Order: sequence, then structure tokens, then C-alpha cells
Amino acid sequence: MASEGGKIDPMHQFMIEPIVPLNLAGYDISFTNSSLFMILVMATIWVFMLGGMKRQMVPGRWQAAVEGVNGFVNDMVSTSVGPEGKKYVPLVFSLFMFILVANFMGMMPFGIVPGGHAFTVTSHLTVTAVLAILSFGTVLVVGFWKHKLHFFSLFVPHGTPWWLMWLIPFIELFSFLIRPFSLALRLFVAMTAGHVLMKVLAGFVINGLNADAAWVAPVVSLPAFILMIGITMLELLVCAIQAYVFALLTSLYINDAVNLH
Amino acid sequence: MDAEAAKLIGAGLAAIGAGLAAGGVGNVFGSFLQGALRNPAAADGQQGRLFIGFAAAELLGLLAFVVAMILIFVA
Repeated sequence: MASEGGKIDPMHQFMIEPIVPLNLAGYDISFTNSSLFMILVMATIWVFMLGGMKRQMVPGRWQAAVEGVNGFVNDMVSTSVGPEGKKYVPLVFSLFMFILVANFMGMMPFGIVPGGHAFTVTSHLTVTAVLAILSFGTVLVVGFWKHKLHFFSLFVPHGTPWWLMWLIPFIELFSFLIRPFSLALRLFVAMTAGHVLMKVLAGFVINGLNADAAWVAPVVSLPAFILMIGITMLELLVCAIQAYVFALLTSLYINDAVNLH
Repeated sequence: MDAEAAKLIGAGLAAIGAGLAAGGVGNVFGSFLQGALRNPAAADGQQGRLFIGFAAAELLGLLAFVVAMILIFVA
């Protein structure tokens, strides 16, 4: 968004604006553009899944697509957790699908509709932190449920020499406690950084076209536009990789909880 | 030095971290390719580990970006 004086404001796209202002007991629970895009994401996943869950013997294209995604997550969980991982496939699948579709939804060109503005749900730490807490909380609950207090042996890896016992458990504990932060931060920053970069490049294109000197448009705008096409491809790749990494790390952490070390 | 100028210089210095993380990510994928070309049969089974290494290297670069953003917009 180029604002006054041609100055680029790449952070404006992350603004949360209320669409239907609501107030409950002093708390602001407005229906915002973030909520709107979450509902869009949910509806997309719903349509995608419903269209493919016909359980035909010979799958059509749509059912093959749904089975492909499901098989992908299923393979990922069963290779990292083992046969006991079957129970956690729905959780990892939901996280993966939500993040993937939310990331892609933020890349969609809704701006061509007048007044429309794409919003990336996962570019806010509040959203990604809740997703990370879901993943981390599952590990805690499953770990303590299955192993009771024996779960703490997670912090003492096999073969730790006795004279390192004062150090290793603390390092392991620290690396365990930092997991939800790294999960949330990675997704949020990757999305934010990509969108800021794209908005800055878009600002070069728009400002170059609006410049007074005629030579600016071909020299600045055209290369920036070509670069932006490449960056958009890269961003689409990052969207998929971030969803995959989140799901993969979640299944690895569940493996820790189910099988200890 | 002016405090505002110091902030911007700090944000610029944080970008060095992003560049170093680029080296790290390149090293992860480069080493994977080196190993995968020597033993292509074993490569598919190691894709999960490839992305764990990628995620760890990338996170540190993203932290450099967070530092820059905090310096510019928050501090």
C-alpha cells in the first residue's frame, strides 16, 4: 500500500480491522477480517474434504487428491511415531491443512476485487501461538497420561555419563520448553517476512509507474515486477514448506511423548 | 549518535544474521544433495531429517529478522 507522499507502508496489510463491531462485558469480540479469513479457510477445507470423502472403490480425481493429502500426513506421522501414531493423524492433519490453506489464502489476489484485501491469518503471533500451544499441550497431556512421572526421563538421554548429570537435564529441559516458542515464531515470522518483502517490491513497481521522469518505469518497475513474480513463486513454496515443517515437528514431538527417547 | 540512527544501524547489522542463515540453509540442502547423489536409494527416507535441519537453520535467520523489526518498530 503506497500511502501519502509515495511512502511505502508494508505493515498496513497486517492491520486487523473490525467488520462487525461487537462488545461483550467490556471485551472487544468484533468480527474482524482475521475472523473472516479463518472462516474462509474452514469453508475451503470443508468443501475440499466433503467433495473427496465419497468412499468410492475407484477414486475420482477429487477423491484421489484428498486421499493423497491424507496419505502424505499419514506416512509422515507413522514414520516418525510408529504404529502407535495412528491416533494422532487427525490432529496433525487438521494442523497441517489449516496452516497450509491459511498460508495460501493470504497469497490469493483478493485485491483485484474493489475494497478487497487478502489477510494472512498465520501472520499473527496470537494465531500461531495457539496452534503451537495445541501441539505442545498434546505432548504434555499424552506424555504425562502414558508415562506418569516417568515422563521426566525425557530430560535424561540414554548413556548420559553421571558426571554430566548436573548439566544435560537442564539443557534438555530448556530445549523442551522452547519448542512452542520456536514453532509459533517460525511460522509467524516466515509469513510476515515474505509478505513485507512482496509489499515492498510492489511499492517499487507502483511508485516507478507514477514517477515524473519517464525513464524510471522501464528501469525500476519492470525488473522489480519480474523479480516479484519469482518471489511470489518462492513464497508459495515457503507456504507449503512451513505447513509441512509445523506438521513434521508436531509429529516428532508426539513421538517423544509416546515413545520417550 | 542520534538514537534513531543507532536503531536503524542496529537493524541493518541484524540483516547480517539473515545472510549467515542463508549460508546455513544452503549448507543443509547442499550436504543433503551430496549425500543423496552418492546413495540415491537412501535419500527418500531422509527427507524428514532434511526439513528438520532446514527448519532449525531457517529459524535462526528469522530471529535476525525479528530483531530488525523490533529495532525499527518497537524499540
